[in-house]
Amino acid sequence: MAEIVIKNLRKEFGAFTAVKGSSFTIKDGEFFMLLGPSGCGKTTTLRMIAGLELPTSGEILIDGEDVSQRPASQRDIAMVFQMFALYPHMNVRKNISYPLVSQGVPKAQVQAKVAEVAKILGIEDILNKPVGGLSGGDRQRVALGRAIVRNPKAFMMDEPLGALDAEFREHMSQELRALHDRMGATTVYVTHDQLEAMQMGDKIVVMNHGVVEQFGTPQDIYDHPATMFVADFIGSPSMNFLRFDGSFNRGDRSVSLGDTPIALPELQDEASPRPLALGVRPEHVTLSDTAPYRGKILASEYLGTTQIVTLSTPNGTIKARAPASQPAPVGDSVGLEFRQQTLALFDAGTGRAFATAANAGVHHV
Amino acid sequence: MSEVVLSNLTKSFGQTKALRDVSLTIPDGSFVVLLGPTGAGKTTTLRLIAGLEKPDSGDIRIAGASVALETPAQRDVAMVFQQYSLYPHLTVRDNLAFPLRSPMIAMPEVEIARQVQKVAEVLRIPHKLDNKATALSGGEMQRVSIGRALVRNPRIYLMDEPLSSLDAKLRADLRVELKRIHAELGATFLYVTHDQIEAMTMATHVGVLDQGRLVQFGTPREIYEDPVSTYVASRLGQPRMTLLPADAFGQPRPGAAQIGLRPENIRQGSGQRATVRRVERLGDQTRLHLDMGPHQIITLADAHTPLGPDDVIEIHPENPLWFDASGDRIR
Repeated sequence: MAEIVIKNLRKEFGAFTAVKGSSFTIKDGEFFMLLGPSGCGKTTTLRMIAGLELPTSGEILIDGEDVSQRPASQRDIAMVFQMFALYPHMNVRKNISYPLVSQGVPKAQVQAKVAEVAKILGIEDILNKPVGGLSGGDRQRVALGRAIVRNPKAFMMDEPLGALDAEFREHMSQELRALHDRMGATTVYVTHDQLEAMQMGDKIVVMNHGVVEQFGTPQDIYDHPATMFVADFIGSPSMNFLRFDGSFNRGDRSVSLGDTPIALPELQDEASPRPLALGVRPEHVTLSDTAPYRGKILASEYLGTTQIVTLSTPNGTIKARAPASQPAPVGDSVGLEFRQQTLALFDAGTGRAFATAANAGVHHV
Repeated sequence: MSEVVLSNLTKSFGQTKALRDVSLTIPDGSFVVLLGPTGAGKTTTLRLIAGLEKPDSGDIRIAGASVALETPAQRDVAMVFQQYSLYPHLTVRDNLAFPLRSPMIAMPEVEIARQVQKVAEVLRIPHKLDNKATALSGGEMQRVSIGRALVRNPRIYLMDEPLSSLDAKLRADLRVELKRIHAELGATFLYVTHDQIEAMTMATHVGVLDQGRLVQFGTPREIYEDPVSTYVASRLGQPRMTLLPADAFGQPRPGAAQIGLRPENIRQGSGQRATVRRVERLGDQTRLHLDMGPHQIITLADAHTPLGPDDVIEIHPENPLWFDASGDRIR
């Protein structure tokens, strides 16, 4: 098992810089998510940890040892890909035992190990079947089995559920996480799906354009995004931005949207007049008849117990999550309340969040 | 635009029964979503209406007249596929104009230009009209392929998972967009998906398919609140409904074999002891995975709940749903 430390990791492909100086630490036993849109550098980062790419500069420490320039075979890491590449001419047992057989492990030991892995994965009954006829889920389990059987220091997974349909994906993600809870092996997992990252991860690194935007626990990242990119990328619907021009001083506890003062956590920053964005999550917007800040209802989307109400305001379009039972007729003008302690304030130019009493304790990269 | 009526449609492919006796009315101006997992018969239904497949038996009527003997072109329907297939060598404008230049339509160029402009505005891509189709992002390409259906004024739009190849953000945007387009055009849509959010948020009516059978048809609210079976109940809701043996909490409803619990049917604070196995923090909500004896239950807690693994809470059901041994609802 392993702790993995990434220091100033950088990767250039010709003139293109895929990863621009990432630093973060993956603790022993963590389920660690690399999250971001396509082209953000998450897969390149994973491939560098696995040794499939060598970094241009920077360090990768596995249990304190710098492995950044070593080939994959000397890192003792197992990789699981999106397209589970199985050997089509071998049966399940042979697929799983292959990594051990090729290392010259004695036969009896291989058999015991394969039996143990098959039990963990619940695939004992298909061990002698050819892989050709297996369902998507079983193929995935076999691919996992082949990774687990070696007892590697860490697992690298590159969107292993990307090709599955929604319902099955949900099932497999729970299964994967439960497997991790049983085995406790350090796992680094790449995904572009924010819900998957929130659901499965102990920690998340959010990347964009080769840069680490934020690194932390799912709840911290959700509650206190460091940048507007993170605020927008995490959450569905994502965080609303009410855009306005303004300035503020250290210690201020409100900003003005038009003529309406909006209370927010005490500001620990100051800013000269500039474009700003007030960030508020949809579930922290309440429709109320009496509130002075007004919006007009554009649409509502039914979601069972809740609904998403889209409103136009003087500061842009926003979404509110309201109980499904609350009437929200399209065209109505309603008052909007924002839950003070949850609000964030961003510099709309740089996209960075200002420090407040609420996000002060959160680690900003 | 027109009402589409399917009566007793059956279709087999070799040994596989793709559709079994499906009857369904798609009202004029409605947005009907067919929901079901892979293999439920959703796409087959669309292809039968489009005329790309012939039913083994049953009839399809559009605006009161049977289209059974008509070719796809004569049926005057427009189809949008999952994978956008644009003409890569043409501009967005020419891609959109293409269906209108068909000799069967023979529309004057002035009228075509007007129509293309109108659709481009609806889809918010007028500034992209002179771009090559290949110079667009994935979301823009899918909008163009939807646009290519919208330039015509067909009797019904048939959409086969048009959003499934897009990433989550884009899907959310296009959901709202499609709903807006539907409202603006007043057109009739039949839309196929396995994504419950798409079904809940866009549909005026949802049809749930199970192995080729239409098992329930109603508004999203009816399907969510009043499902006819465990199958339908399990299609909607996040997290999904927990199904347990009927006596898991003591005396069951007579005849019941299973009790169905959505998070809103699980009250915390008294009742049976359950151990927290895992806490899943999704930001706006936190899911608790509970072990209650041999049973596993998923419910919701406050986003910032202090509960953690191995904590014990007490729960009891409130207004649960009951199902008999075959999975049918007991009311």
